[in-house]
Amino acid sequence: MSSNETGKVDAKDVAISVRNLGKSYTISHQQVRFSTAAEAIMHRVRNPWKRASENETFWAMEDMSFDVERGDVVGVIGRNGAGKSTLLKVLSRITEPTTGKAIMYGRVGSLLEVGTGFSGELTGRENIFLSGAILGMTRRETTQQFDAIVDFSGVEQFLDTPVKRYSSGMYVRLAFAVAAHLNPEILIVDEVLAVGDAEFQKKCLGKMGEVAQSGRTVLFVSHNMQSVSLLCNKGLFLRKGRLDYQGSVHEAIQRYLTTFSSGIEEDENPDIRPGSGEYRIMKVTSDTKMFTPEQTKTFRFRVEKRRGLIGRLALTVTILNEVGAEVAQCDSRFVGFWVDDTDTIECELSLRTPWLKPGTYRMDAYILSPGVVDKYEGACGFEVSPVLPYKHSATDDATAHAPILSDFDWSSDEVRFVNRGSLDALPEIPSMSRS
Amino acid sequence: MTTVSNDSPVLGSDLKAPTFSSRHVTVIQPTHGWAVFDLAEFWRYRDLFLALAARDVKLRYRQTALGVIWVLVQPLVASVIFTVLFSKVANFPSGHVPYFLLTLTGSLGWTAFQNTMTKTSNSLIGNAQLVSKVYFPRLILPLSTVVSSLIDFAVCFVVMIALLIVYRVTPHLGFLLFPVWLLLMLMQAIGFGLYAGALMVSYRDIQYVLPIVIQMGAFATPVYYSMAFAAEKTPSISWFFYMNPLSGLLEAMRWSILSLPGPNLGTLLYSVIASVLIFIGGVMMFRRMERKFADVI
Repeated sequence: MSSNETGKVDAKDVAISVRNLGKSYTISHQQVRFSTAAEAIMHRVRNPWKRASENETFWAMEDMSFDVERGDVVGVIGRNGAGKSTLLKVLSRITEPTTGKAIMYGRVGSLLEVGTGFSGELTGRENIFLSGAILGMTRRETTQQFDAIVDFSGVEQFLDTPVKRYSSGMYVRLAFAVAAHLNPEILIVDEVLAVGDAEFQKKCLGKMGEVAQSGRTVLFVSHNMQSVSLLCNKGLFLRKGRLDYQGSVHEAIQRYLTTFSSGIEEDENPDIRPGSGEYRIMKVTSDTKMFTPEQTKTFRFRVEKRRGLIGRLALTVTILNEVGAEVAQCDSRFVGFWVDDTDTIECELSLRTPWLKPGTYRMDAYILSPGVVDKYEGACGFEVSPVLPYKHSATDDATAHAPILSDFDWSSDEVRFVNRGSLDALPEIPSMSRS
Repeated sequence: MTTVSNDSPVLGSDLKAPTFSSRHVTVIQPTHGWAVFDLAEFWRYRDLFLALAARDVKLRYRQTALGVIWVLVQPLVASVIFTVLFSKVANFPSGHVPYFLLTLTGSLGWTAFQNTMTKTSNSLIGNAQLVSKVYFPRLILPLSTVVSSLIDFAVCFVVMIALLIVYRVTPHLGFLLFPVWLLLMLMQAIGFGLYAGALMVSYRDIQYVLPIVIQMGAFATPVYYSMAFAAEKTPSISWFFYMNPLSGLLEAMRWSILSLPGPNLGTLLYSVIASVLIFIGGVMMFRRMERKFADVI
């Protein structure tokens, strides 16, 4: 897994050294709310010496210390608000840290967004040079890479068309193509692969893999655990602005996944979750953390009464894939399942279909009455193993175009006749090995 | 593969040094107070400066039918209006040259000042996405807009020369000093623009206040009338005209081009010193406030 095994780089070299890095923001809490500017001014006039707002310091990132060796490809993972983006912004020098120090040994290129600085009025050609300059390339470097960029993007016919007339796919392809030809010693990338169509995403991932193999140091933020585990050999797991784990990427991913069911995250505190709060989902567990796609997936729920009687309750859950798309919803009302007013409720959900594609999933769970009583995002996390439930195998694009797997058959009267009539006579197709 | 150590003492001195020597070492840490203008870094980013300037120039004329003509419309229309108003209606004097040339020269300088200041001050919030997603010396953004202001000026200047020929005005040797007055005027415009632009990041109000200030400035400054005449007519507030650091420069421009009596040496010296101080002050304030840009923009 380690890119250092290519043997080209000295594993002892340090590329990034971070000590006690922290970043705080001041958030102001308005004590009195005004609906119009006139009110605000009148309040100010009446209380000239009173401060309009109370300030509070919020640490988006606190006391982070780690070293990254040259050639390491480090996946930075964590839930929303864990401090990933702040860390990347500080290391890219977009914003200054409040405390601590970081030293970057080598030319740094950062890619926090695809198409930063693209201008709709300018042509594709003009945007390549502009975007190259913005990403830190000299004009000469861009000129040298120009053909490769155009080639990678596949928009050569439209080079002299303003990009505002591009389709969104073309736009993203061109933007990523420029970024992909940035040649820094240290590359910082934030979630940029989650753009474009599946085919182009794969191309981007391939390009990222190439960068990773070339011995460059990469910091890579993503919510997509598949690409993190594919690209990275090290992992940094951040939680609530602090560095929780540094080491192997697999361990980091495991820790990330367990936060969805371990009772330590913000959302896990039932008292501050959204919803009217008479009942709260205390715990959701699954039989296993790793399901096969076609397996019936069983989840156990524990619901507790907090206060007040509100009558019958329904439960509903949504299953979200790693890009945050909802692929299934299971509402207890459809199966006539209602929870009665008792103190503690234990119940079980069995999900037979759809077949889930390999990857990481998250469950959001709700209690309804029918208003929202409890909303528990990330109630449970699980993985689906990459063993497809089909008899035969095919290339990756055979499953690339839908978010779920389908249980289906192909048939025709003729084929069935042939099959039935001369089963033994059918030759085995050599390239299609049986799974 | 050695694992990343978690147990190393967390001291600044413990930062691991690499065993190879790279030409690029970036130290990231909190900074405080006044920062200097890092010319070497600015030079490293010259290609970005040029790319942004080229973008501004291209965008300005894209999809316009008359293109560059529009640059001329504003100063020409203003000159005509104020010539009619001040010369024909109010009978203001203009020495030995047509009043139209007096207003046109003023207009030429003032337009350069106004364009430069407006563009530098708007450049940050106009490129908020860049500021929050990419690192580069922040001064690049406002300073790169000066290029397009200068091109606009050059176009107007060519027309000005043509009109001088039409009106048979022969400039004297002082004409050669014209670029100096222009440079000083732009330094003021950039200085104010940088300060306004940095403030605008936190307070968008500045965006609405600035056009009003500029409009008032056009009358408080001897753009469409001569300073000597205005000071003589209103002796009680003549100090006001002399206090305005732009007055001396506009008068000096008219002296260079039209051979009208220039500002006295004291007024001119005051303008020169003020221009330099305003520029340096603007850069320093900008550098001081730029640390917050990405967080608040």
